[in-house]
Amino acid sequence: MTEILRVQGLRKAFGGVVVANGIDFSLSAGAMHCLIGPNGAGKSSFFRLLLGEHAPDAGTITFDGSDITALRSFQRIRRGISVKFQVPGIFKALSVRQNLEVAFQDHLHGQSLGATIREMLDFTDLQSEEMTPAGILSHGQQQWLEIAMAVGVEPKLLLLDEPTAGMSPDETRKTGEMLHDLNGRGITILAVEHDMAFVEQIARRVTVLHFGSIFAEGTIAEVIDHPGVQEIYLGTADV
Amino acid sequence: MISSETAPRSRTRSLLARLEGPQTMGRGPAFWVAATVAVAAAAAYPLMADAWTVGNAAYFLIWTFMAMGLGVVWGYAGALSFGQTAFFGLAGYAYGVITLNLGAAYGLTLLALVLAVAIGGLFALVIGYFMFYGRIQGVFIGIVTLSVTLVLETFMAQTAGPQWRIGEARLNGFNGMSGMPPLTLPWFGGDIVLYPGPSLYYLLLGLVVICYLGLRIMLNSPFGNVLVAIRENPHRVGMLGYDVRLYQMLAFGIGGAFAALSGALYTAWGQYITPSSMGLTSAALPIVWVAVGGRRDITATLIGTLIVLAGFQTLTIYGSQYALVVMGALLLVTVLAAPEGLIVAAMTLMGRVFRGSKR
Repeated sequence: MTEILRVQGLRKAFGGVVVANGIDFSLSAGAMHCLIGPNGAGKSSFFRLLLGEHAPDAGTITFDGSDITALRSFQRIRRGISVKFQVPGIFKALSVRQNLEVAFQDHLHGQSLGATIREMLDFTDLQSEEMTPAGILSHGQQQWLEIAMAVGVEPKLLLLDEPTAGMSPDETRKTGEMLHDLNGRGITILAVEHDMAFVEQIARRVTVLHFGSIFAEGTIAEVIDHPGVQEIYLGTADV
Repeated sequence: MISSETAPRSRTRSLLARLEGPQTMGRGPAFWVAATVAVAAAAAYPLMADAWTVGNAAYFLIWTFMAMGLGVVWGYAGALSFGQTAFFGLAGYAYGVITLNLGAAYGLTLLALVLAVAIGGLFALVIGYFMFYGRIQGVFIGIVTLSVTLVLETFMAQTAGPQWRIGEARLNGFNGMSGMPPLTLPWFGGDIVLYPGPSLYYLLLGLVVICYLGLRIMLNSPFGNVLVAIRENPHRVGMLGYDVRLYQMLAFGIGGAFAALSGALYTAWGQYITPSSMGLTSAALPIVWVAVGGRRDITATLIGTLIVLAGFQTLTIYGSQYALVVMGALLLVTVLAAPEGLIVAAMTLMGRVFRGSKR
């Protein structure tokens, strides 16, 4: 399978705190991959480095065949990376429809814009909320709206930072179904997630981060059986 | 053949459709009938009032451009500029310098007006570039813009000596420039000179209507969508693939060009411009007009500015020494009682009462 993302020797330190300590990571196109690790393992920093919010001290990031290490965030997004943050990053004072318009209008116009908005309203079950200010949606609906904003123009790679944080079990299950659906359409998915049941539902492969380095990688069964993984979660591993 | 004829027409139609949208209050036949009646009443006003009063009304109209521009920058794009007067003053001086050098024949004053607006708008783009690409945010935008206008005021105030001249035009320091020609329209058998009075009033009324409708179209366009999204959550807008700084800079340039239009028209109206037009008091007033009317809606900004200006002048004329104190109090009351603005509050209330006709 072709490789969509390759990270080589990625390093970033804030003073004495090393958040990425020479990370080598790659993702093949069409993958559905989870990134796990204890608090402070560097998962969110890794995302920020991928998105260009932090500039790395060393290392390269290659996306879809080209080096994006020096590109600004919005330029990376334009190449086909999309992101959904942990705290819903929607425009609360704007209607659901306007949120979707802002997300898609750069790529789509006229009838195709309207069609994609309708499709995404169906996809997220928000048809009846089209004109509702996004800020008064339920937490789960806000999360789905943001997923819709992130995937409406079919990115190549979707980054999800704890997509189910604060969701009810029912909403979590539905979110998992949505992600399988999106993956089926050819979108590569990389998610940071804490909820292991959800990880099992969505991920085919899992990477464990610890102290800014890759600690283990494999299928979910392999990772759970890995002797060190449980220890780092309990905080006793000597690495 | 058919497509080449229908394409421009459908483009016009889609532009006109943007006169209404989520970014602007007022929609449907009731609103447009009311707006037409208001413009017709304004057009009939010179028939009922004497020339001096009409010239005075023209003076109010002059300021609405700066107010609407600030509405775009502050209300829509979310960047509080405290220094729109910098662009106002610069364009005012530019109009003076250009007309004093070129003269008023052949409609050159109109060229001077256009050049002055371009100079003010370009200066705003440059300031906007350094601010937004320098990652200045929030209250610091207010501080930087205020500093720019105060520096310009101080600079112009010390240009009293004879060495401070540009061609024929003496800058005259604290006393300011005067004696530049008013706007002239080239016409068969002699130029029409637009002294403060009905002719200037009609020109300004036309400009206000054009700018207002143009801004409505712009604000409901994809560009306007991105501006309000930046106001709500700039980080997310960047993460949707937009260059936030570019949009902020462009909005700031548009706001600056509108302030410059006010400045050049003001100079043409009164045939003078002084450094105090860029001073602290002058810089604060547009913020009061826009906040009191409602900064997040262009209609509210326009109506509110006209009402506050008329009230301010009435207070000043009828002997109150405290007009500025009243302005300050008005701002406080607005911020505490109707933070969205008094006109927005009134329009929302009317919308509720006439819900049937508004929807």
